[in-house]
Amino acid sequence: MLENAWLIPLIPAISFLIILAFGKRLPKKGAEVGIAALTVSFVIAMLCAVEWVGKKVPRHAVTGHQTWFEIGGVEFGAGMHIDGLAVMMLVVVTFISLMVHVYSTGYMHGDRRYTYFFAALSLFTASMLLLVVSDNTLQLMIGWELVGLCSFMLIGHWWEEGVNSGAAIKAFITTRTGDIGLMTGIIVLFFAAGRDFSIEHLNHEALTGAIGHGTLLVGASLLFLGVMGKSAQFPLHVWLPDAMAGPTPVSALIHAATMVVAGVYLVARLFGVFWTGFSIEVGGTNLVAIIGAMTVIIAALLAFVQDDVKKVLAYSTVSQLGYMVMALGVGAWTAAVFHLFTHAFFKALLFLGSGSLIHSVHSNNMSEMGGLRKFMPTTFWTFMVGSVALAGIFPLAGFWSKDEILLGALVDGFPIMLVVGLMGAFMTAAYMTRACYLIFAGEYRGHGHPHESPPSMAWPLRILAVPAVLAGLLNAPGIGLFHGWVEFEVEGVPHFLELHEFNPVLAASSLAVALLGIAVAGAYYYRGALNGLADRVPLLRTGHRVLVNKYYLDDLFLAIIRGIQYPIAKAAYWVNQHVLDGVVNGVGKAAQRSAVVMYEVIDQRVIDGAVNGAGLSAEEGGSILRHIQTGRVQQYAALLFGAVAVLAMGLVVLT
Amino acid sequence: MYLNQFLLLAAVLFCLGVYGVLVRTNAVLVLMSIELMLNAVNINLIAFGAFRDNVIGQVFSLFVIAIAAAEVGVGLAIVLLIFRNRADIDLDELAQMKG
Repeated sequence: MLENAWLIPLIPAISFLIILAFGKRLPKKGAEVGIAALTVSFVIAMLCAVEWVGKKVPRHAVTGHQTWFEIGGVEFGAGMHIDGLAVMMLVVVTFISLMVHVYSTGYMHGDRRYTYFFAALSLFTASMLLLVVSDNTLQLMIGWELVGLCSFMLIGHWWEEGVNSGAAIKAFITTRTGDIGLMTGIIVLFFAAGRDFSIEHLNHEALTGAIGHGTLLVGASLLFLGVMGKSAQFPLHVWLPDAMAGPTPVSALIHAATMVVAGVYLVARLFGVFWTGFSIEVGGTNLVAIIGAMTVIIAALLAFVQDDVKKVLAYSTVSQLGYMVMALGVGAWTAAVFHLFTHAFFKALLFLGSGSLIHSVHSNNMSEMGGLRKFMPTTFWTFMVGSVALAGIFPLAGFWSKDEILLGALVDGFPIMLVVGLMGAFMTAAYMTRACYLIFAGEYRGHGHPHESPPSMAWPLRILAVPAVLAGLLNAPGIGLFHGWVEFEVEGVPHFLELHEFNPVLAASSLAVALLGIAVAGAYYYRGALNGLADRVPLLRTGHRVLVNKYYLDDLFLAIIRGIQYPIAKAAYWVNQHVLDGVVNGVGKAAQRSAVVMYEVIDQRVIDGAVNGAGLSAEEGGSILRHIQTGRVQQYAALLFGAVAVLAMGLVVLT
Repeated sequence: MYLNQFLLLAAVLFCLGVYGVLVRTNAVLVLMSIELMLNAVNINLIAFGAFRDNVIGQVFSLFVIAIAAAEVGVGLAIVLLIFRNRADIDLDELAQMKG
């Protein structure tokens, strides 16, 4: 099945076309096509995974490549590079996408653009899978931009409200800012690797030292700019919380489980380039680790002051993405990929759970929820499973993957990142406790009548709760299957990533930190201890205000844009008014003058003269001849006879 | 017998007919004058035919007589209608077609 993995992206792509063409005429408005396609894709992905796991060690990537065209010795084409990482992503993407498709039939029921929504979901899944399987940076970028487009389309799904379309534009432009870096990075690496787009080749050249370190640093930094945009790393994370304006299934699929991890996936894919480019093996600090660490803390802090449940989860996603990036930055490749894997399940679960809440109370705000445990039991326990998994409590998924990241930071010699990771764990546990408290505990504060969601929404929650609990065990000490299945491997290069022994002390301390976070938040909310602290202490009050305003980042960006764009716009306006308009007006005036000449001389005098002359002569002739027309028959006869007489005389005279 | 006598008679008759057509104001008399002209032509045709030992002249004159009868029928009908409409058949008054 592995050599047929190209079918996996192809099937949703075909489904997209079918839904687009016939969706509205189908009994289920196109949803059945999307679900059927994703089911097939998921089955193929699972077969691929089974085959991959069953392969003899060492497993080698299955590749395939189709040349599109060649020009100047450079080959352009599409291909696939199926290794453990790709197989893992294929399974995750198809599985989450299938769940989201099923869930959307309930959540989007009766929506005005229901068919269009499913078409966009199919297109998104196809693009994401195209990105995952790609064996060259060019194809990867095509998939990358396509998922960005689908993200834009789906965030702005309810574009009638200005906020939503604004959020879509913001997401698109912010990620595009990073994509400039991605594109230039790809170009730099293309030339550095000897005019070759192949990812395998790039990694090989980077790891064997065939590319100079300076070039690699530039290329990797540029690529990382794209990663910052796509994976919402500080300071380009601002679009992700706003992207929550889209429908919740979209947030679960695109902005939690799949698209936003594309950046992490890119770094993991091209890890050879980053490893050498940022000198990760040396230890100490590098851009990737620093940005990741900053993102962990900054986003986690913001999650505390949000009222919108989806924004809490959005900042949590940003923070967890920061974890992954930080893990890659410290060289804990497997840990990062493993966290990507587990995070996809429990964050998708949490988002779908929040969708279920929103569907029920018709509000995103936690201040209008409360006490929902009684009304929505399934949503409650699945949401709690997701929260506990996210908080990193033993033995759920998040615990194992987060622990591996901390372990990597510890062993590879990044003490600051270790501290940041522990702080992040503390805050994650605390803000999830806050969210759960506000949503489920206490009395209901909303206006509607909350009710459990329909089965089409409840079942995906139940199904997703299973991997949210169990996925972490795949790489638990004693089992440790995951790192064998998913390995970073470049042909011809010895393994350079070392595996770390499980450290019980660290695991225990991370668990203790998480529990402490829950305890502190619990004390604050349940007991009311420390209440009003933010109002009493001026320093905390300032901090709170800064957080509520999201560090004033949006204002900063706007100011930058104003500062740069307005002068440019003004200059452009001046040029437009004085130079371009001058030229245009000049041409217009010249045309007008020549037209006037044409009109007065040729049209009026020559052409009209001829036409009028013909008419005039006919008129004059008529007015002369009308005098003959007296109406008297006898006069006509006299003329007739006279004429005949004249003609006869002429005849006689001439002959 | 000379052909000139017949031609002279026909010419006199034709001129009388032309005079009647041009001068008379009564429509019926104008029609009669036209008959005079046609008969002058008939005399010419028969005279030429006789002098040339040829029947074509007589055949043509028969055609002319038949057509003259039809023409007078149509002409008198028109005159009758004009009279019914106007109680008058004075041609000088019939000048509505003046341009």
